[in-house]
Amino acid sequence: MLDAKIPEGPLEDKWRHYKEHAKLVNPANRKKLEVIVVGTGLAGSSIAASLGEMGYRVKAFCFQDTPRRAHSVAAQGGVNACKNYKNDGDNVFRMFYDTIKGGDFRAREANVYRLAECSASLIDQAVAQGVPFGREYGGYLNNRSFGGVQVSRTFYARGQTGQQLLLGAYQALMRQVHLGSVQLFARHEMLDLVTIDGKAKGIIVRNLDTGEIERHGAHAVILATGGFGKIYYLSTLAMGCNGSAIWRAHKKGALIANPSWTQIHPTSLPQSGEYQSKLTLMSESLRNDGRIWVPKKEKEDRLPNQVPEEDRDYYLERRYPAFGNLSPRDIASRAAKERIDAGYGVGPLKNAVYLDFSKAIKDQGVDKIREKYDNLFRMYEKITGVDAYKEPMKISPAAHFSMGGLWVDYELMTTIPGFFALGEANFADHGANRLGANSLLQACVDGYFIAPYTLANYLADEIRTPATDIHHPAFDAAAKQVEDQLHLLKGIGGKLSADYFHKTLGKILYDKCGLSRAAEGLEQAIREIKALRQQFYADLFIPGGLAINSELEKAGRVADYLELGELMCHDALTREESCGAHFRVEYQTPEGEAMRNDKDFAFISAWGWTGENQSPVWNKEPLTFEFVTPTVRSYK
Amino acid sequence: MHIRLKIWRQENSQDTGKMQDYELADVNPDMSFLEMLDMLNEQLLEQGQRAIEFDHDCREGICGQCGVMINGRAHGPLKNTTTCQLHMRSFREGETIYIEPFRATAFPVKCDLKIDRTAFDRVIQAGGYISVNTGQAPEANSIPIGHPVAEAAFDAAACIGCGACVAVCKNSSAALFTSAKITHLVLLPQGAVEAQQRVRHMVDQMDAEGFGHCSNTEACEAECPQQISVLHIARMNWEYNKAQLLKK
Repeated sequence: MLDAKIPEGPLEDKWRHYKEHAKLVNPANRKKLEVIVVGTGLAGSSIAASLGEMGYRVKAFCFQDTPRRAHSVAAQGGVNACKNYKNDGDNVFRMFYDTIKGGDFRAREANVYRLAECSASLIDQAVAQGVPFGREYGGYLNNRSFGGVQVSRTFYARGQTGQQLLLGAYQALMRQVHLGSVQLFARHEMLDLVTIDGKAKGIIVRNLDTGEIERHGAHAVILATGGFGKIYYLSTLAMGCNGSAIWRAHKKGALIANPSWTQIHPTSLPQSGEYQSKLTLMSESLRNDGRIWVPKKEKEDRLPNQVPEEDRDYYLERRYPAFGNLSPRDIASRAAKERIDAGYGVGPLKNAVYLDFSKAIKDQGVDKIREKYDNLFRMYEKITGVDAYKEPMKISPAAHFSMGGLWVDYELMTTIPGFFALGEANFADHGANRLGANSLLQACVDGYFIAPYTLANYLADEIRTPATDIHHPAFDAAAKQVEDQLHLLKGIGGKLSADYFHKTLGKILYDKCGLSRAAEGLEQAIREIKALRQQFYADLFIPGGLAINSELEKAGRVADYLELGELMCHDALTREESCGAHFRVEYQTPEGEAMRNDKDFAFISAWGWTGENQSPVWNKEPLTFEFVTPTVRSYK
Repeated sequence: MHIRLKIWRQENSQDTGKMQDYELADVNPDMSFLEMLDMLNEQLLEQGQRAIEFDHDCREGICGQCGVMINGRAHGPLKNTTTCQLHMRSFREGETIYIEPFRATAFPVKCDLKIDRTAFDRVIQAGGYISVNTGQAPEANSIPIGHPVAEAAFDAAACIGCGACVAVCKNSSAALFTSAKITHLVLLPQGAVEAQQRVRHMVDQMDAEGFGHCSNTEACEAECPQQISVLHIARMNWEYNKAQLLKK
C-alpha cells in the first residue's frame, strides 16, 4: 500500500505542522552530507543552490553545455502566485481550488494546497534575485490572467518568464559554484541510479564530451530532469529533453504515476511538413487578447481577413461562454481537434485554427499589444514569415507537459528511500491537467521551499553514514550495465537512425495515446510499439565513436522511450474514464465533454517495473477529498 | 531547393580540422536551417558516415545553445535571429553555404561545429548575481521599481548567452555579454548594493578567460539575436572606472 505520508490536521495547517516537526540537520553536519542533483532547470538549479547555501555538499549534473540552457528557459507566459495584488478576490484556498479543479480532481489536496501556499514567497525570492517582472507605472508588480481562472494571479516577464526565472536560479547556482559548495557537471548524462540496501546512493553518468563513464556517490539523489513529452517527437520541448533518468530509476524500483497524462498545448504552431523536428509554442498568454476561430464554412478558401464576422465560428466563446478563449488547455485543445477533425481546419495542411488579434489591436492600440507580446509576434514571423499584427496566427495543439512522472509522497520522495523527484519529473500537483503558469511555480516551489525541508528530514538520519563508496559492487554492476547497453546499441549495425524510430513512435502515440484515446487503439499501439522495439534492436545504426556522438545519445533515449511509450498506453488503457487531458472516447457526454468516474477511478495509478516484456505492477493510491467536493468540471 | 554546403569537420579539440563539401537535393524552403542539417545527417547515416555534430536544443531561439557562422555571419543572414530560427527560404536555389563554428580563443572547438562556452559560466560565477539566499527575500512589492527601469533591466537581461557577440567581434571580446548582466543587475535597487565588486570581478574574469578588449566596432549589437545594445558596454566601462576610483 502506498503511503503518501500526508500530515494530519486541517488543510491549511498541514505544511506548517510538517515544518514544525520535521527533523533538522545541524550546520556542522551538513558539510559531511553529499547530495546529487540531476537536472539544472528551475527545480534542479533552485534546489542545488538552496542546498549549497545551507551548507550541504552538492553535485549538480546536466546534459546541456551550461545549466542556463535547461528547457525551463523556454516557458513564456508566466508564473502563478496568489498575492492578490489586484484585489480581485484571490487567496490560497481559491488558488488551491482552481488548481485541483483544473486537474479534474485527480491530484492530492495536501500537495496542491501547499503549492498555492508557497506561491507568494516565490515571487518575493525571484524579485530579490533580480528577476525583471512586468510592472505598472507606479513601480508595483503587474499581473495578467491565464487559462482556467477568473482572477489575475500570473506574474510575467514579457513572454520570457521562464528564461528570467531560470536565470535567477542559474545565477544563484553559479554563486554557489563560485563559493565551492556546489560542483557542476555540465555535459553529463545520468544513465543509471545506484541503490545500496534499498537506498539511493549515487548515479552512473556518461561524460558526453569524452565518453567516460563516471560514478558519483551521495547520501541522497534528487532528480529534477523535467518531463518526457518529447516522446511524441513533435512537441514543444527541446530536442534533448528526455525521460531516460526517470525511466532508468523506474527500472531500479521507483514507481511511475499516471504516465499517460500528457498535456497537449492548444497554442503551438502547426506542423508544416515531414522534415519538422519541433513544434514551437506560442504562449497561452496570447489567449488573453487573441480570439480563436475557424471559418463556419468547410474548406473555406478566402484569406482570414476576408472572412466576415458572421462567417467566423469563435468556437470557444460559443461552447464555453464563462471562460471563452481562456478555457483550460485540455478543453481548448480538444475543441480545436474537434473542429479540425470535422473539416474546418485552416492552413495548407488544414491542421490549424486562427488566433486573431484584430479586436485587441483595435481596442487597445497596436503599441499596447506590442509591449505585451512583441517577442512572440516576432518569433511567429521568423518561423512562418507572416506578420501577426496584420493577419491572424495559425495555431494547433502539440504535446507539451507530462503531468505524470515519478510517484512521490508528500515529502517529494519516491518509493526508493533517499531518492527524490522535483518539478515536472514527479507527478504530484497537476492532476490530469495542468493550469497555465503552474509549471514554473511547481518547479520553483519544489526546489526553493519544499525539498530543503523534506530532504533534511531524511538526511537527519544519515548523519552517521560515511561517504558512499563508489567501488561498492552495486556501482560495479550499474556501471557495467551502462557500458554493456552502450556497446549493445553501437553493435546492432542496422541501417536506420534513432530519429526514424523516435518519429515512428511519436506518430503512434499522437494517433492512439494523444488528445483522444480508445481501448482498441491503445491495444493496437501496444502491439505496434512492441514490434517497433524489436525492429529497433535489429535495425538501428549509430555511426561514430563513443566520445562526442549525438546519435549515440539519441539512441539511448529512444531505447527508453520505446519502453515508456508502452507503459503510457497501458496506463491509458486501464483508466476507463475521461479526466483532464486523458480523454477516452468511450467515456464522454452526449455533448462531447469528458465523463469522469469518481466511484471507480478516484486514484493514482503507480506502476512498478517487473522486467522486459512483462506486465507492470499496478499500485493504486486512493484520492480522498476531505476539503473539497469533486464536481463536474464545467467552464460553460 | 538544391544547395551545396561547405562544412567545418573536426574530429576533436586536438584535430586541425578542415572544410568538407556536401550537397543536398530536395531541401524544402520552409525547413529550418537545423532541420536542413538533420536531413544532411540522415543522408550521411545512410552512407555509414559520422553525423555532423552541432549545438542545438530548444529550437525556438531562447536556450542559446545553437550558433554557427553561416557564410561568415554569426547565426546567418537575418537580423536578430538565432540559427534555429533561420529558415531555408532565406537562401537561394543552388547557393553554396559555408558553415563554420563560432571561433574565439575562449571558445575552443570540441567537435565539428560544437564549441565550449563554459567561459561564460565562469564570468557569471565571478559576480553575475545578487547575493541573496533562499528565504531572505522581503515582500516583493516593498521595493517599487519604475516601469521604465524594469523594462530597461529586462532589455539587458534578455541575453541568451549564445556567444554570437564574441564570434563576430574581431577582438573576440565578451564585452556585450558581460555588460548586459552588469546593466541588468545594477539598474535594479536590489542589485546596486554589490555593483562595485561585481563589475570588477566580472571584468577581471572576462580578461582571464582570454576574451579580447572592446574597440567599439558595434558588430556585436548588429548580430545579437536579442538586440542587446552596445550602450551597456558604455555603462560597464563607467561602472568599472567608478569602481576602480572608489576602490578602498
